Amino acid sequence: MSDIDLRRRNFFKTSLGAAAVAIAPGILLFDLAHGKPQSVGGKVRWGMLIDTTQCREGCNDCVTACNKENGLSGGTSATDSQWIRKVEIKEISTGRKVSLPMMCQHCDKPPCVDVCPTGASFKRVDGIVLVDRHLCIGCRYCMMACPYKARSFVHEPVTGQNPDVPRGKGTVESCTLCVHRVDNGQQPACAESCPNKAILFGDLNDPESEISKKIRSVASVQVRADLGLNTGVRYQGL
Amino acid sequence: MSAHPPMYFKNRLYYVLLAAGGLVALAGMYAVYLMEHHGHVITGMNNQIVWGVPHVFAIFMIVAASGVLNVASIGSVFGKALYKARAPLAGLLSIAMLAGGLTVLMLDLGRPDRVIVAATNMNLTSVFAWNVVLYSGMFALVFVYLWTMMERRMNPMTKPVGFAVFAWRFILTTGTGLIFAFLTARQAYGSALLPPMFIVLSFAWGLAVFHLTQTILYAWNDKALDPAIMQRKRNLLGVFVVGSLYMVAVYHLTNLYFAQQVGFVRFILVDGGIYPNLFWWGYVVIGNLVPLTLIYWPGLGRTRCVFAASLLVVLGAFALLYVFIIGGQAYPLNIFPGHEATSSFGDGQIASYRPSIYEFMLGFGGLAIAFITTTVSARVLDFMPQDKPYIID
Repeated sequence: MSDIDLRRRNFFKTSLGAAAVAIAPGILLFDLAHGKPQSVGGKVRWGMLIDTTQCREGCNDCVTACNKENGLSGGTSATDSQWIRKVEIKEISTGRKVSLPMMCQHCDKPPCVDVCPTGASFKRVDGIVLVDRHLCIGCRYCMMACPYKARSFVHEPVTGQNPDVPRGKGTVESCTLCVHRVDNGQQPACAESCPNKAILFGDLNDPESEISKKIRSVASVQVRADLGLNTGVRYQGL
Repeated sequence: MSAHPPMYFKNRLYYVLLAAGGLVALAGMYAVYLMEHHGHVITGMNNQIVWGVPHVFAIFMIVAASGVLNVASIGSVFGKALYKARAPLAGLLSIAMLAGGLTVLMLDLGRPDRVIVAATNMNLTSVFAWNVVLYSGMFALVFVYLWTMMERRMNPMTKPVGFAVFAWRFILTTGTGLIFAFLTARQAYGSALLPPMFIVLSFAWGLAVFHLTQTILYAWNDKALDPAIMQRKRNLLGVFVVGSLYMVAVYHLTNLYFAQQVGFVRFILVDGGIYPNLFWWGYVVIGNLVPLTLIYWPGLGRTRCVFAASLLVVLGAFALLYVFIIGGQAYPLNIFPGHEATSSFGDGQIASYRPSIYEFMLGFGGLAIAFITTTVSARVLDFMPQDKPYIID
């Protein structure tokens, strides 16, 4: 075998090695992302029924769980992100008080999706409303359009992120219905953490699901139903 | 000193003014850098007041950019000679303010580096996406319009292109008004009255900016504007100011009539702190009543009065936009009608907003861009209105 052939062989070996080193981290990262390879089906529509009679004033467990699950700081200053918040309401004419968690209502006709100039705000076929982090330009028009103030703008650099829940300074974010958990057959963090089981999560399209049976049998409402957005989150006892 | 001819000092002054404009624009760029680096936390904007002072500046410039073309339209579309002579200057101002306003709007984005995404990924249901087309189309169309006016061989095309600009700017300002009119749930917005209101406001604001520029241009070139022309343009400004005041009054009156809106109107017009003050003193008195007095009071209405009136109309515009944009967001969103609400996210509470210096730097930076574009163009090209002896047409 001549010297030249050896050099060629060595060159190929080195190139292959370099390519492997270059590609390996990518393959590794691909493996780490826990997304499901198959696309979501349009047969389900995820939703929630929140029983406000079981929601205690002063209890913040759902908020804490959400912050932990999604890597939020938990701060409540005007520039901090809050994906879910406890709202205490009092009917002006009767004085009746209700405590409830408020978050993205995952509308069937979401105003945020309508107004988003780039299509970053979008609705999955299973009804979950999300923000594509790669397309959001941070114009905040969706925050102006949302009737529930469900969205937050990331005002500062973010640290300590959960790899399954990417966030980024200068973009808008909101409750994802814990899409990364739902895709793995789990419940959203808030529903799982509620000590009184006030948050019932399930498939609104499946007539046999627990949530469908319950919304058939008990009175529940959509917040600002007058807007005709057909929210995926419903409230009982409001 | 007397060794130098007057032109020498004027040239010096010109470069000093240009440098000053450049410095302001540079300060704006620095603010953008800081906002990019630290995030919007250094501005006064937050999760309740999501649009702030930069948007007041940007929307003023965009609305005025459309309104200033009114001068050109009256010339090209309706064939009035005295306006035709002013069409090139109107076109220039339109391009300059559009550039300034859009720069502010783009640089205030959370991710200005992704602005190209707005062109590559368009959501056709979004009025913002329509506006991307409307604004860039406006630029192109006004450039062509200027070309048809300034290149003699293209002169025959001025009228059709003028018509196109006339239609386009109506659609453009409708688009600007629709940004707010399409907000279904906000008490301050979501009204079909907003696009026509913005169109009428654009007439007044655009003409005011035109008057200011024209007066300075004439003074700089030691020329006097024909008093007959002055009087006609002065009266037109008066009519536009009355018209815009009427639209704003009707907007509040319709709100006042709906029981669900009374709380909001009370907040904006009576007990909302800075907002009613800015509305009544800033917009109604300084932006309308004083200018109307300066225009119509017997014995007033001369060049200086009209100049002052135009300046006040512009100040009033800023006051109105501040109340409309920021006051409109400060009033709590009514998520649970008939209920009082409290939460850690400002539910049921008036949102507080204290604009930071960086927002003003960005806003003034946009104005500086418009200023530089106008001053440089007016020097290198002939934008000075050339009037024939005035004959009423």
